[in-house]
Amino acid sequence: MTASRKKKTAKEIIIDDQFCKGCNLCIEVCPRKVFGRSNKRSHAGYPMPQAANPGCSVCFLCEMTCPDLAITVVEENP
Amino acid sequence: METLVIHGNEACARGAIAAGCRFFAGYPITPASEITEVMSRLLPRTRGVFLQMEDEIASICAILGAAWGGAKTCTATSGPGFTLMQEGIGWAAETDTPVVVIDVMRGGPATGQPTSSSQQDVMQAKYGSHGDYEVIVLVPSSAQEAFDLTVKAFNLAEVYRNPVILLTDEIVGHTREKVRIPEKVEVVERRKPASNPADYVPFRSAAKGLLEGMPAFNQGYGILVDGQLHDEFGGRAGHKPEVSAAMVERICRKITDHADELMDVEEWMLEDAEIAFIAFGSPARPALRAAKDARNLGVKAGLLKLRILWPFPDRVIDRVAMQTRRIIVPEMNMGKVFREVKRVVAGRAEVFSLPKLGGEVHTPTEILRSMSNDQ
Amino acid sequence: MHPLADKYIRKRTLPLIFCPGCGDGTVLNVFLRAVDDLGIFKDLALVGGIGCSGWLPTYLQSDVLHVLHGRAIPFACGLKLTDPRRKVVVFTGDGDCVGIGGNHFIHAARRNIDLTVIMINNGIYGMTGGQVAPTTPLQGRTQTSPYGNLEPPFDVCELARAAGATYVSRWTAAHPVQLLKTIKEGIEHQGFAFIEVMAQCPTQAGRYIEGTSNAGELLSLLKKRAVSLEKAKETPPEEMTGKFVVGKLHHLTGKREFSQAIYDSFPQEKDR
Repeated sequence: MTASRKKKTAKEIIIDDQFCKGCNLCIEVCPRKVFGRSNKRSHAGYPMPQAANPGCSVCFLCEMTCPDLAITVVEENP
Repeated sequence: METLVIHGNEACARGAIAAGCRFFAGYPITPASEITEVMSRLLPRTRGVFLQMEDEIASICAILGAAWGGAKTCTATSGPGFTLMQEGIGWAAETDTPVVVIDVMRGGPATGQPTSSSQQDVMQAKYGSHGDYEVIVLVPSSAQEAFDLTVKAFNLAEVYRNPVILLTDEIVGHTREKVRIPEKVEVVERRKPASNPADYVPFRSAAKGLLEGMPAFNQGYGILVDGQLHDEFGGRAGHKPEVSAAMVERICRKITDHADELMDVEEWMLEDAEIAFIAFGSPARPALRAAKDARNLGVKAGLLKLRILWPFPDRVIDRVAMQTRRIIVPEMNMGKVFREVKRVVAGRAEVFSLPKLGGEVHTPTEILRSMSNDQ
Repeated sequence: MHPLADKYIRKRTLPLIFCPGCGDGTVLNVFLRAVDDLGIFKDLALVGGIGCSGWLPTYLQSDVLHVLHGRAIPFACGLKLTDPRRKVVVFTGDGDCVGIGGNHFIHAARRNIDLTVIMINNGIYGMTGGQVAPTTPLQGRTQTSPYGNLEPPFDVCELARAAGATYVSRWTAAHPVQLLKTIKEGIEHQGFAFIEVMAQCPTQAGRYIEGTSNAGELLSLLKKRAVSLEKAKETPPEEMTGKFVVGKLHHLTGKREFSQAIYDSFPQEKDR
């Protein structure tokens, strides 16, 4: 860890509506409270979360936790 | 050619190795332990893996895993262990896995008569596991046949991608006799599927209802082998009635459609026989003596010796039913193969059961005398 | 689709069978990463037992055995010993591993055979509807302990270590980063590696034992109950009730690994 470590930002947080089951674990684990609920329904009818809030630090906790591999965090200028 | 004086158990072990067995997992049980012991000595010399597992369930499961690891595998046990292995045998049938399971029958049920012989497992060999499935069951009656039929069992396992049971009994297992072991035996080698991995459909019948070859793990096939009913790709199908039904039908017909080809019997003096003994395993030997003695007494007797029990050799028994007027089935159980014979004969000849319990095989005199008993 | 799913998952089998919020899914997610990071896909040989966690390996495109209840470990032994170069990973649940499978578990650990056994522990028999398991907490109410579980649960990591396992760790589905590290370590470890993953089961254990099917709440409970090794050393036993230690609990190198022992012990020509 160096003082000149660049701050990571997310270019895009994709939630795949083919696989999301609306369990909301992403909301629970995100340390930056990026996720919240939405009115959108997944392909199978589950109420989906959304990554609407700013401040994602690209920790990938949501992506790794998601039990359905539905979240992909795309880093800005990795 | 090597000539040894060995018992049937040792002959089984040597037959397995001659057939290419390179993985064995077993557990001690009388009267089969010698098979495991001989394997422990001989197998490592071929760089084959020998394991004594913690129980019979671990043994059957280890050999199933090893089969998918690419090896020809087998295990050996007796009644109580055979019972424990049934779930594994069912898994092998359901997944088209080639394995050989040797059951050296002893008196049952439960702990039974550990050191004495019987033929009580004949139905269990076919129906032991739950569900609809088929196995091939071979029955030797001598140490030489123990060797020969073990080799055959391995070959059939490869051709049919199925568990094959080698059903011997304590007498065959423990009687020392001359066994001729050829330099080379005819062996069916395992072959990789003809298709390349991208095109390979693992559980789709090719010619004659059989599967094409068998992949091993880590050859790039990415195969899913599932004990749950599956489609041709191995994907679960329990929620699809037609696919489930088709799968069970395929694994059963894979064997039953070949019942005639699989038939393996020996005949003596049946062409003009008025009384036929139908026997298998140890009782086949006193039965042959009895048939010859009967002839010397002027009675037209003959013997049909079964070397395969399942699929039941209907066709040859059908012929005997038409040729003869009385059939006697000596067996060391309450009368089980008798029922199968009676089924096939369907009233065209009289069929009598000659059961014997207690652990000793029928004497020739007992069998001879049974010809005049009306039951 | 997530790039790792695209790379490794059998598309035909999607969507995943797991209930919404199930810890099994997180383990699958992390496992794909471990496989990718280590670059071991070609050498993988996976075995799944019976239960929800047993389905996990069936989603990968590698060679997979989906076997009998409790018997994943002996099947895995057969795979490993026919070619020790294989990376054999077993996915099993708590009931599958130490209920019906207990005997095979302790013997494989005793032999120190190089397997990686990932036991996903939800404290219940989930697939069959939520019956009591050897890992259900005392007083836990389940479909077969309606008056409260009277049986003390196993500490499976203790059992693994006592039986002879040479790598033992425990984490939870709330610790994917640590889980990734330990799974990679377990796979690399030459010997019996046992990784226990405490996991939430929203549908069965959640509803019956914890009183909630909210996955987030259950995950939070797991985090609260997980005590690190260092902290556990300073915590008096009374305060550990209802909690469990997480971390790398045991790691022994240098103990002879079983498949190597087998292959090293083939008699030489001269000894025959």
